[in-house]
Amino acid sequence: MTTAIAAPTVSGAPHSTGVLANLRWLVSDTLTLTRRNLLAVTRIPEALFFSTVQPIMFVLLFRYVFGGAIDTGPVPYVDYLLPGIFVQTVAFGSVSTSIGLAEDLQKGIIERFRALPMSRGAVLLGRTTADIVRNIFVIIIMTLVGLAVGFRPNQGAASFIAGIALILLFAYALSWFFAIVGLSAPNAETAQVMSFPLIFPLTFISAAFVPVHTMPSWLQGFATYQPFSVTVSACRSLMVGAAATNTGRSTEFWVVQSLIWSVVLLAIFIPLAIRRYRTRT
Amino acid sequence: MATYAFVRTEIAGTLVDGDAYAIYRESTRTVCLGRPRLPGICGATTGPIDIGRDIVMTIAIEVDNVQKTFKGKRAVGEVRALDGVSFGVEEGTVFGLLGPNGSGKTTAVRVLTTILRPDGGSARVLGHDVVKKAALVRTLIGLAGQYAAVDENLTGRENLQMVGNLNHLPSSFVATRAVELLTQFNLTDAGDRPLKTYSGGMRRRLDLAAALVARPTVLFLDEPTTGLDPQSRNDLWEVIEGLVDGGTTVLLTTQYLEEADRLASNLAVIDHGNVIAEGTPSSMKADLGATVLEVGLPTIDDARRTGVLLDALGPHQALVNGTLVEVTVDNGPEAAMVALRSLDAEGIAPQTFNLREPSLDDVFLSLTGHRTEEESDADDDLTPRQKRKKKRLGEIEQALPIQTGEYA
Repeated sequence: MTTAIAAPTVSGAPHSTGVLANLRWLVSDTLTLTRRNLLAVTRIPEALFFSTVQPIMFVLLFRYVFGGAIDTGPVPYVDYLLPGIFVQTVAFGSVSTSIGLAEDLQKGIIERFRALPMSRGAVLLGRTTADIVRNIFVIIIMTLVGLAVGFRPNQGAASFIAGIALILLFAYALSWFFAIVGLSAPNAETAQVMSFPLIFPLTFISAAFVPVHTMPSWLQGFATYQPFSVTVSACRSLMVGAAATNTGRSTEFWVVQSLIWSVVLLAIFIPLAIRRYRTRT
Repeated sequence: MATYAFVRTEIAGTLVDGDAYAIYRESTRTVCLGRPRLPGICGATTGPIDIGRDIVMTIAIEVDNVQKTFKGKRAVGEVRALDGVSFGVEEGTVFGLLGPNGSGKTTAVRVLTTILRPDGGSARVLGHDVVKKAALVRTLIGLAGQYAAVDENLTGRENLQMVGNLNHLPSSFVATRAVELLTQFNLTDAGDRPLKTYSGGMRRRLDLAAALVARPTVLFLDEPTTGLDPQSRNDLWEVIEGLVDGGTTVLLTTQYLEEADRLASNLAVIDHGNVIAEGTPSSMKADLGATVLEVGLPTIDDARRTGVLLDALGPHQALVNGTLVEVTVDNGPEAAMVALRSLDAEGIAPQTFNLREPSLDDVFLSLTGHRTEEESDADDDLTPRQKRKKKRLGEIEQALPIQTGEYA
């Protein structure tokens, strides 16, 4: 081991203060941590592979096993199903936000971040930004799988992309919610088991897999208008037409509803997550 | 990153009865030093102060009556992690914070590295308040911890570059610095492998390297060698010594007296959030006795009798622990001869007879009268059920005089 060590001198970029400089560091630190989180994904390809296999199995299961028994009216079941699958995939995927943050806390790396002169907000922003990138990747795969099993979006490319954008926005809001879960969990394993009971009812008591009118009447209101369903309906309208939602509502109605939900959820969860991050010791 | 400078206007004063007195003014603040608890700061304990002669050092880390209480969950109640801790660290030296798990060492480091906000008191690093000037302090310090806070999924180089980027250093500097540190820590070959493949010692070296990316002036090392094998520990010690030779100030927490002895020029022993002793390693050892004589006997009765005999040896009391008797002595070989003669005269035949260096446990016993406790940070991983079980076991153990330290 070398022991001859040069005298330490304080060096580096001058730390200017001011809103603009702070914003610049926030962006730069967020990018550094986004890159770090994405590198971690590529270093464990198994995790990415199996997290993609699960939604593919859902596609095959509903398309070929349950689908025949489900009457979706004017559209073939596969066209009804895929928008639901997209939203389900990103929702399940957003659980990784909570697992990742809980792991960072548990392993002490956040401790190191807190002692660095970096932007305070970058840890949460970097994590949620990395999740957007991962969601884009997963949705591309699911689109290809959907096309392979007969999914035929017919509302034009712009409309399809708008649908994807709505899903990503909704997933982003969920990421912030699961950031709170991750910051509240004692460890990564608990973060994971805490997350699924929260995401399961929203995913299945919804318009994602079956038309809501087949459910008991007391469940229909929740199943139609909860944020998850609203986003599925908006996406479904944009991809295969409003008629597919079986609700008599227009595409605009669902898109606006979905946008309102996502923005409201973000407005609630971002400040809560930041507060949780600040107070978590 | 800003360069710092102490703007000092010295004020000569008089120390009365060793009490604190204003010694210098730094910028707008008057720093009080010279209490007996900071030995070595002043050449004179009373009388007029001669600035040139008596004040020879600059304090890099000042901790003044820092308190921190954690609100416990459920029935646990509050935990007073720091109960008015004060100490000072001279620039360019290693200061050892010695204590068992759960004594408050890590909490002290977390306060000083701006991670935790203290409930009371104040702390300054290079003259900057860790709460009010937290952002500035972060540019001056490095932190390496016992939990090796590095990213397992990244390579060594990527970890160093990430820390460099988050320190807002220019990317060209970061790239060169990463190469430099990998070389310095013998990690060049492993530099482009993910940390998952590293051994415990390599990981700890990388953790330290990460703390050094921005060339910090003050370095905090939280139990840097806990759990390392002797070779890796020795390697790390050499690195730390090299850094101090280069002028870095180091605050080191440790459970090992040996480590504190080798590296630190000043020590504070901390227990239940209080500094219970302060001094140089040698002064502490002198207080304690240089060597521990340990005699193992066939029966508890023999041990009791031996305890009485060994008490006669010296200033320190013998400790009977089951069939084992321990006593700290100033002159090992001489005490051993006397002990053997008197054992022989009494017809007691020991089964084992050892001379060893005093351990942290011995320091604790002599300072507090209790052994180091095992309630700890490590307990955080236990479930409440396991904790209850452990507590019950501890209570049972304490109820048995044979298991606990009992002065003969």
